Amino acid sequence: MRPLTSFIEKTFVITEFELRKLRHDVTELITRALQPALWLVIFGQVFSRSGAMHTGNIPYLDFIAPGILAQSVLFVAIFYGINVIWERDLGIVQKFLASPTPRGALVLGKGFSAGIRTLSQTAVVYGLSLLLGVKLNWRPLALLNVVVIVVLAATLFSTFSLIIACIVKTRERFMGVGQVLTMPLFFASNAIYPTAIMPGWLKTISHLNPLTYVVDALRTFMLAGSTSSFGLSHDYAVILLTMVILVFIGARLYPRLAS
Amino acid sequence: MSEIVLEIKALTRRFGAFTAVDALTLSVNAGEVFGLLGSNGAGKTTTIKMLTTLLSPSSGEARVAGFSITTHAVDVRRAIGYVPQAVSVDGSLTGYENLLIFAKLYDLPRREQQARIGEALDFMGLTADGGRLVGEYSGGMVRRLEIAQSTLHRPQVLFLDEPTVGLDPIARDAVWKHLVDLRANYGTTLFFTTHYLEEAESYCDRIAIMHMGKVDALGTCKELEASLGGSGHTLNEVFVHYAGSALDSGGTFRDVSAERATAQRLG
Repeated sequence: MRPLTSFIEKTFVITEFELRKLRHDVTELITRALQPALWLVIFGQVFSRSGAMHTGNIPYLDFIAPGILAQSVLFVAIFYGINVIWERDLGIVQKFLASPTPRGALVLGKGFSAGIRTLSQTAVVYGLSLLLGVKLNWRPLALLNVVVIVVLAATLFSTFSLIIACIVKTRERFMGVGQVLTMPLFFASNAIYPTAIMPGWLKTISHLNPLTYVVDALRTFMLAGSTSSFGLSHDYAVILLTMVILVFIGARLYPRLAS
Repeated sequence: MSEIVLEIKALTRRFGAFTAVDALTLSVNAGEVFGLLGSNGAGKTTTIKMLTTLLSPSSGEARVAGFSITTHAVDVRRAIGYVPQAVSVDGSLTGYENLLIFAKLYDLPRREQQARIGEALDFMGLTADGGRLVGEYSGGMVRRLEIAQSTLHRPQVLFLDEPTVGLDPIARDAVWKHLVDLRANYGTTLFFTTHYLEEAESYCDRIAIMHMGKVDALGTCKELEASLGGSGHTLNEVFVHYAGSALDSGGTFRDVSAERATAQRLG
């Protein structure tokens, strides 16, 4: 079989493996939905009333709806590495690594499954946004782009998480590192406030943060009449390139878990 | 003379200043049941990890089914099956699903997958339980499913790291009955580690006793017993003679906690 065809096929087998687990236990999908609901309903509503954030022509609640979607994708994906360490403590990682499956397919397949798992969060954010009166863009092409970006973002951040897992190797250390990384990634982005109000140094950091481009793309596709700050092709390029680099690094580091 | 399926030459693995496996040299014939014995920390698991390409050697070489573990790792992976000491099937999937994923990963032709999975479940006595979640299986059933999963693609060599650790005697016998059948039916070479001496005595064609990374004794059970001189020696005496006193055995904290965790999950 040609290497590329085999790589794609194996990636989807690994995704299937992860999704089959989800089919047997859907509670995860429900608990995941809670976090974005809290942020939108409580944080979003309160800050919207305070009028403290200047978000131009867009009402604050509309502004943060895509930010909350990106944030909930990040918060769930960033702890994905815990599962990988758990699978290492069992013998599942070793068994997969002793099979002829390409390492990149193991990493990317897991990432995609994390992406598909976040679709329940997307549905909840859309449902709540509708109830809260956010002006959403319902055009099929825009919806499709939102799904693609959410899946790519979850793949990107879950692969980042896998890399951390491969480096720290224990659950205790992982929890520490995960918590240290999540908040800076979230706050040094345009998720809940525009980069324009940031001090210069933070603005620079936010431009190096892939979450900023995820939020920008989601905001453009989710909201009716919204335009991208960086350009959609720029957003897509940053997200895809970062993902490819992380999958490449992850594929190199993943075998370290079994050694 | 039988064909050699596993050839190890001066295989060495160091972790910093510690040499876990020290210039290991041995060969295993096709269809042989080969037991690697030794106390915890003797280097058995490190050896298996190198032979299954999970860990690269510091020096030396090994060929599995004719392929070098260093230069042809993917070919080695196609030719082998591996049952790690820890539980390696997913408890949140059914037995059938665990096999299906591996049938796909090993490129079994789509039209053969169902038949091969059915045969593997049947062979391991799990047909009635294929649709149940593995989390509900007994320890012995989990091990049999792991063996089924590792042999779906009919590997030439099956590596098993402590395959019966944590199992009660009845479950251990059942696992071995299936392993013996596997060799009889498919000619699979079995390379396993254990510290249950009676298992080695009952099932192995040849045994190697490892101590501090080196093979100190190698031969059939009878040859090893005779190597102590005199008559009437047991394998237990041979083991104590070559593997050292109880004082320096027991392995590291990591070895012991991994083994106990496995025993707890299977028990």
